[in-house]
Amino acid sequence: MVVEQKAVSVDELLFASPRKQVFITGSEAVAEAVKRANVEMAIAYPITPQSESMHLVGDLFAKGYLRDYYRGENEFAVMAAVHGASLGGGRVFTATSGPGTLRAMEMFPVWAGSRQPIVCAFMCRGVSLPPSIQPENIEMGMLLDTGMIMLHAENAQDFFDMILKGYAVAEQPEVHLPLGVFVDGFFVTHTRDLVMLPPEDLKLAPYDPTCSPVPAFDMETPPIRIVRDPLLNKSNFISYAANASWHQEVLAAAERARKHLNRYLGGLLEVEYPDASLFIIASGTAVSQGREALKALRAEGFEVGLIKIKSIRPFPTAELIAATEKAELLVVPEFNAGGWLAREIKAAIDNNSRVCASPRVFGGMTMPVELIVSEVKKAMLAKGLLKSV
Amino acid sequence: MKPGLFKISPGFEEVMPAEYRELVEHGPYGAGMGVADLGAFKELLEEHPLCAGCGLALSLRLFLASLPAPQDTVIVGSTGCSSLAFPQVALQNIHSLFGNQNALASGLKRALSLRFPDKVKDVVVIAGDGATADIGLDMVMHSWFRQENITTVMLDNEAYANTGGQESGMSPQGTVLYMAPKGKKFPKIPLPEIAREAGCAYVGACSPAQGKRLERMLRRAILVAREIGPTYVQIFAPCPTNYKFKPNETLTRLKLLEKEGVFQPKEYITREAQDLLNKLEGGGKP
Repeated sequence: MVVEQKAVSVDELLFASPRKQVFITGSEAVAEAVKRANVEMAIAYPITPQSESMHLVGDLFAKGYLRDYYRGENEFAVMAAVHGASLGGGRVFTATSGPGTLRAMEMFPVWAGSRQPIVCAFMCRGVSLPPSIQPENIEMGMLLDTGMIMLHAENAQDFFDMILKGYAVAEQPEVHLPLGVFVDGFFVTHTRDLVMLPPEDLKLAPYDPTCSPVPAFDMETPPIRIVRDPLLNKSNFISYAANASWHQEVLAAAERARKHLNRYLGGLLEVEYPDASLFIIASGTAVSQGREALKALRAEGFEVGLIKIKSIRPFPTAELIAATEKAELLVVPEFNAGGWLAREIKAAIDNNSRVCASPRVFGGMTMPVELIVSEVKKAMLAKGLLKSV
Repeated sequence: MKPGLFKISPGFEEVMPAEYRELVEHGPYGAGMGVADLGAFKELLEEHPLCAGCGLALSLRLFLASLPAPQDTVIVGSTGCSSLAFPQVALQNIHSLFGNQNALASGLKRALSLRFPDKVKDVVVIAGDGATADIGLDMVMHSWFRQENITTVMLDNEAYANTGGQESGMSPQGTVLYMAPKGKKFPKIPLPEIAREAGCAYVGACSPAQGKRLERMLRRAILVAREIGPTYVQIFAPCPTNYKFKPNETLTRLKLLEKEGVFQPKEYITREAQDLLNKLEGGGKP
């Protein structure tokens, strides 16, 4: 049954405690994170490939690790209900995938606008364009401007760590924003991987709703009378300016998250072979494939490096500019048709003709290492960095 | 609300607006006020931006005066005319989006129950007919199916009034409104009956023309929601602006419509809820 857990700081849980290696799926890694997150309430709605993780969270509730859990009626309702629970001062968790994300879309900017530190996992998959349940992360491109902090996990270890670190970042009083932890569905959720876990008899210290830039809605936290002249009602400059400044503050809060992300994630991006003149830049599981392609290319004598982007919002613009300053070519493999990461990179750096937005796979297609290698060589050829493939 | 929480910090007495001072000195928190006391205490709604003759404005005043424990009540609204008045209510209140009010209230009520296990925190949803019967109907009904301990109140002005007067599911059949240029094709959605069948332990239908009756129904609904399960109150008040009658006719029309049987007050009470009410009301004012 339930293990007696001691509430500790995030530093003690994630950095000071000894870890033990286990061989688990990404879905199980979610449950292991939620078990240690001191979550009061989780609300679930089924969708592939998310469902298994929320089944396991339900098992945690049945064992007594969570105090409330139920299946909602659709994703919009679930995201509204976790919003309500969060406004009431509770620490919450939920998860969804692809079409569920789009179904709930209207809620995400409201989470951010109301400054609620909701942590949500997104097990990304295709949306109906045409219908696909297969791994794809196009939904991330659709969430870029919702005001949410967005972390992209490469593997089950990232997934576990980013959920727990996510609470630590999201609940900082100067941040206090929703945080999404994204993975490429199936590749991470439905495969087993080695994951290092801290002891299960430790959990995060409880959320303190009084350490918030907005009052909990409990009729115990002043102010009781919240506003007098609402932003929405008046068509005048003052109300527009009030609305705009609130909006700017949401964006500023995400900027203030950078230092906490740096501390907990060890940087918004990671660079392998920083002196390379050619980089593969990726996020999520494309990083793993990119790393294999890098090995193959380096074995052939090409000086290739790898940049793993961990935080999509806020985006590591300055870090990316610095890391790619001397690079001649940047190849961006992605698991979606839109190429949103390549667009982000192009917008962030100087001389963006260096960016090759390829390969892009979707609809359930995998991203073989050979495909990345051949795209890198084609791009080098086009740039005159290679005489022939 | 902890006693003494709502107060003015020393030195600020002169600076705070007059209506705030009145609220601190003569507000209804924990004072056991009701509709009969209107005029003798500072109301929770400070002015309102709704149209002249708006039945929702009066309903909202009566609603706020009827709350059995305003000091421990959080209200959840939705998009619509009533949401324009919400920011001027001296209770913590939430407007999230259009239609998600009951889903949000479900999470809120559960979180408050976890955080305050020894205290009653009333969560009351109050939204328009579009929010309740149309765009949010699935979430309204699922909160009833799930037996959430919340009260749902519909302000039925029979139209989408805030957006300029379109047909809603609660508009009467045959009415010509925007988006129903040839007249509405189907009757008013029978939400009180749907609520009864969907698991509401108490259902009431009333109008602001009879304040005491509205108060009785609302208090019953909230008291039953605390102990038993979901409850529903439907408040009938057609929109003078969009149904194009004079602002000073709102109440006389309501009385007339009730006399003619067009509007029928209703009460559906489960046996369990009736037993509870007998116990509570037997002892006088709840």
